[in-house]
Amino acid sequence: MTIGIVVFPGSNCDRDVRWAMEGCLGRPTRFLWHEERDLSGLEAVVLPGGFSYGDYLRCGAIARFAPVLQEVLSFAERGGPVLGICNGFQVLTELGLLPGALTRNEKLHFLCEPSRLEVQPGHCRWLGGYDACESITLPIAHGEGRYQVEPERLKQLEDQGCVVLRYADNPNGSVGNVAGLTNAGGNVLGLMPHPERACDPVTGGIDGRRLLEAVGS
Amino acid sequence: MPLYSARVQVSLRPSVLDPAGEATRAAAARLGVEGVTRLRIGKAIELELEAPDRATAQAQAELLSDRLLSNPVIENWTLELQELG
Repeated sequence: MTIGIVVFPGSNCDRDVRWAMEGCLGRPTRFLWHEERDLSGLEAVVLPGGFSYGDYLRCGAIARFAPVLQEVLSFAERGGPVLGICNGFQVLTELGLLPGALTRNEKLHFLCEPSRLEVQPGHCRWLGGYDACESITLPIAHGEGRYQVEPERLKQLEDQGCVVLRYADNPNGSVGNVAGLTNAGGNVLGLMPHPERACDPVTGGIDGRRLLEAVGS
Repeated sequence: MPLYSARVQVSLRPSVLDPAGEATRAAAARLGVEGVTRLRIGKAIELELEAPDRATAQAQAELLSDRLLSNPVIENWTLELQELG
């Protein structure tokens, strides 16, 4: 079964996701140009990292209105697995599939480094291959990754087990150390770190493999 | 159809940290202006739109402000609308 990878003008991790899925895991993929409306035959959809539409206005703000995303929205509402990585996470919050917003890093720097994370897989379908409280390392590469949500909503998300990935050292100032979130159904996951860059030992670690292997294996 | 001009001011909600604003405030002090106690960076969007009447123009500009130009999770907006004729 095929994994769809959305390509916006300005996406730059779409090919990384394809390399990881096909080259490391042997899973077929199909690129979905932002004007595409046909998701037939896809088992899961990945929104990759990059700078969709130049991140004009706000990260993910223009992408939210792309024709392909109206189809991704229906796909997710039917329970289809959707993964948003970095800019993809930003798009998922703008789209309303995940709550909150990603804002400018606390110290303003673009951060490009390995980041230690704690996994709390709970009901998230993408994280079934990880143990509760497992510590993993994935690369981060973002300037606007500071997760922001009202304190009451954060408490609610924590109580519902939706905060599935937290930074051990909170490099960007996110509330609640949030690095990744799932929805109530567990089929949507948004995260700032890049699992597709941690699927081959040559890139310094393979902690991202189980995440990308989770669906349809 | 009448033409209207709108100016939408988008600002970060007070509860949201503005690190770029803080950095700019620090630069103000380095310029020798010591008294800046608060500095927040937002954005202004100017647009013109055609609409059959003022109420419609107002409603459309509000829709744009709320759903596209700002993200209500982190931002507030204000709108000024003028008829250009």
